[in-house]
Amino acid sequence: MVLVLAIGDLHIPHRAPDLPAKFKSMLVPGKIQHIICTGNLCIKEVHDYLKSLCPSLHITRGEYDEDSRYPETKTITIGQFKIGLCHGHQVVPWGDLDSLAMLQRQLDVDILVTGHTHQFKAYKHEAGVVINPGSATGAYSSITYDVNPSFVLMDIDGLRVVVYVYELIDGEVKVDKIDFKKTPTTTI
Amino acid sequence: MMISDAIEDEDKWLAEGIAGIQHNAFYMHRALDSDNLREALKYSAQLLSELRTSRLSPHKYYELYMRAFDELRKLEMFFKEEERHGCSVMDLYELVQHAGNVLPRLYLLCTVGSVYIKSKEAPAKDVLKDLVEMCRAVQHPIRGLFLRSYLAQISRDKLPDIGSEYEGDGDTVMDAVEFVLQNFSEMNKLWVRMELQGPARVRDKMEKERNELRDLVGKNLHVLSQIEGIDLDLYKETVLPRVLEQVVNCKDELAQYYLMDCLIQVFPDEYHLQTLETLLGACPQLQPTVDIKTVLSQLMERLSSYAASSPEVLPEFLQVEAFAKLSAAIGKVIETQGDMPVVGAITLYVSLLTFTLRVHPDRLDYVDQVLGSCVKILSNKPKLEDSRATKQVVALLSAPLEKYSDIVTSLTLSNYPRVMDHLDSGTNKIMAMVIIQSIMTNQACVSSADKVDVLFELIKGLIKDLEGDSDDELDEEDFNEEQNSVARVIHVLYNDDPEEMLKIICTVRKHIMTGGPKRLPFTVPPLVFSALKLIRRLQNQDGDVAGEEDPATPKKIFQLLNQTIEALSYVPSPELALRLYLQCAEAANDCDLEPVAYDFFTQAFVLYEEEIADSKAQVTAIHLIIGTLQRTNVFGVENRDTLTHKATGYSAKLLKKPDQCRAVYACSHLFWVDDQDGIKDGERVLLCLKRALRIANAAQQMANVTRGSSGPVTLFVEILNKYLYYFEKGNPQITSAAIQGLIELIKTEMQSDTATPDQISDAFFACTLRYIQFQKQKGGAMGDKFDTIKV
Repeated sequence: MVLVLAIGDLHIPHRAPDLPAKFKSMLVPGKIQHIICTGNLCIKEVHDYLKSLCPSLHITRGEYDEDSRYPETKTITIGQFKIGLCHGHQVVPWGDLDSLAMLQRQLDVDILVTGHTHQFKAYKHEAGVVINPGSATGAYSSITYDVNPSFVLMDIDGLRVVVYVYELIDGEVKVDKIDFKKTPTTTI
Repeated sequence: MMISDAIEDEDKWLAEGIAGIQHNAFYMHRALDSDNLREALKYSAQLLSELRTSRLSPHKYYELYMRAFDELRKLEMFFKEEERHGCSVMDLYELVQHAGNVLPRLYLLCTVGSVYIKSKEAPAKDVLKDLVEMCRAVQHPIRGLFLRSYLAQISRDKLPDIGSEYEGDGDTVMDAVEFVLQNFSEMNKLWVRMELQGPARVRDKMEKERNELRDLVGKNLHVLSQIEGIDLDLYKETVLPRVLEQVVNCKDELAQYYLMDCLIQVFPDEYHLQTLETLLGACPQLQPTVDIKTVLSQLMERLSSYAASSPEVLPEFLQVEAFAKLSAAIGKVIETQGDMPVVGAITLYVSLLTFTLRVHPDRLDYVDQVLGSCVKILSNKPKLEDSRATKQVVALLSAPLEKYSDIVTSLTLSNYPRVMDHLDSGTNKIMAMVIIQSIMTNQACVSSADKVDVLFELIKGLIKDLEGDSDDELDEEDFNEEQNSVARVIHVLYNDDPEEMLKIICTVRKHIMTGGPKRLPFTVPPLVFSALKLIRRLQNQDGDVAGEEDPATPKKIFQLLNQTIEALSYVPSPELALRLYLQCAEAANDCDLEPVAYDFFTQAFVLYEEEIADSKAQVTAIHLIIGTLQRTNVFGVENRDTLTHKATGYSAKLLKKPDQCRAVYACSHLFWVDDQDGIKDGERVLLCLKRALRIANAAQQMANVTRGSSGPVTLFVEILNKYLYYFEKGNPQITSAAIQGLIELIKTEMQSDTATPDQISDAFFACTLRYIQFQKQKGGAMGDKFDTIKV
């Protein structure tokens, strides 16, 4: 059982002052094995904070990130899963599922984690699973109105991944979960 | 060498003294055992003679004293049992006065006196009065203090207190009080006698010795506090004035400090509250060198705790006007001690503020008054340089922030900014950060433009360069942290009412515009997004707000945004400005404001053309432009054509061929928008894709020529995917034949001699083919469509 936190689009301090207090109290160091971050933190302080939660931190570059050295895309293997990471502003049209599917094929990954739209998504298509953890701070987005703060926790166990999405709605944290299974030697 | 000699000598003398006591005690015990009064008196007098020494320091004298004390207890028991020695206590009282030397005589007298009082053959008050007067015969400080301390010890349980067995006609608590006060006065006089004179080493030694003796004097106050018969009135009328008289008149710094402190500690807070004026009145009369501020701080601390533990006494505080009295007293002390350093005065006010916040937290006028007093002290003096004083000022300013979790309360204190003005610029910034930190921790919200104005005035050290800022101190990390804090705080400025919110935005803008090029990249984005959020709120409102003369409208806010983002050109920050212009363009699109949106796109393009030279930055920028433009639907044909033409043109002009290729095929999406009334220009889509293909081809050939091998086929696979995308969407211009052709092309390229095997593009291609297979197997319309494609 490997816990992977997928989080991004915090936009601190351009669009939000900080993570919601309820999220902060949930995100405790030592519980998570990997963090994959879609980008747009935007400042070093946030990077350091995430690093303090878990030393295995993977980040891709968002268009507002202070540190321009983050890569455009990244692929990581965790357990039986190949995971691809990309902020998503590079894929036009933004949020378009078919275009994202192309990126997924290009990276040849089971799970593609991407952001930019600030809207949580988790769905399965031919090439695999696409997950958008949304914006952890509920930051303003030109694409999505009424953004609720959200992040995703993936529990990877063998060929199965359970995706938990945590959303802050009207001051309460609501959790939902979705199951995905991968067939051996082929993609999901 | 000399000191250790002296200590050795003292130890020797002490040992000798103890030996002397033990020697005489042996014989005294023998006398007691045989009920021999004369012998007992003889040997006890000899024993007590050891206490006549002048050679011991108080510390060592105490050891000697304790031995004697123990022996005197046995003697007292003997005295009490009249049947053993046959002497009446009255006669005994006479008898012991025949002792040769005065000190032993008086110790014996006190011992008999104890028995006398216990016997009740004479009123307690008479005996006590006699004893306290007789002790005057010993004027040597150490000997006298220990003697009187003995008197105090043995008389303690025999005072004619209320409810005690010694109370009677004529024997009242007043007598008890009188006795203790007198003993106290005499002891203080003796104590003060040990003057601090002479060279430093002698003075230090004397000071140490005096300190060792102080508890002997202070004990009397403790005894007074234990006398049950002393009620508030008695304390007020008699006890306090007499004690204070002694304290003031002795004019001794050490005594005054200790005794004031003692007084405050031993008597109940309730008494202090009711005698505040008298107590405080003594303060300016003390020696100027007395650390009165610690005394006052202690008092205020005690009173604050008192208020905190018993909220029901709060009205009393108001009734006795505690705050006013304390405030006046502090003022007086500062005035009298004209050369008090600033740090001392400020520390006093910090204590007063702590008191005020604990006892009268709702009286903001009091709080402001304290701050005002500090402003007065700080005025007429140059900017604070003393770091201790600075620390105290920071403590002063932090106290209200900690007490009132709602920052707005602190913002109403008119003297708050005035105090801040007196800090040097470094500390000013630190204080500003403390303020921001307090806001963020308490999750406070500032919701009126006026208060926002006050807040930004307070933190102006962070907002702009002030006089006195030295340039070489600018630490980049610190600076970034400061500016990011300002950025964060902008997000907690909020009001539900759009009019007020706009006022807030304008106020913030006014302040941050004074920040200069270094600060704008940090402060402009949060303001812009705050404004965009407001626009979105207004979007849903229709029509003008009734009664408003100059209502907040999206148009007005867009104008403001334009001017604000323009300021970034002075930094210069073209990449950031471009992103912000695009955000505004999209927002304008959502508001249906075509000319406004067009203008924002123009601004973005101008920046792209003129300011963004870095090729990597250009790639990102063009994709952002394309992505934004793809989502806009407000433009009429002409405007849209101009913009898309520009976008495609710039895409094709990127430096590296692969970047060109990708940007151009991205442009294809400009001509195909998937919603209901979205543009669906199949031909122009195809044109883009074909152009992308040509560029990809050229890229391959170039690689052949320059590197001797063709590059990876990734670009072709990407374009193939795009063909599939539009094929699926039903673009009639995209035929299955074209797709087939592409597939063959890719296969050929992969198998050619000059091909560089590339795992990634191989996998990509494989995935793509698999996808096609998947679609074929779907069946239905999609299956039919894909049927003609052979993989």
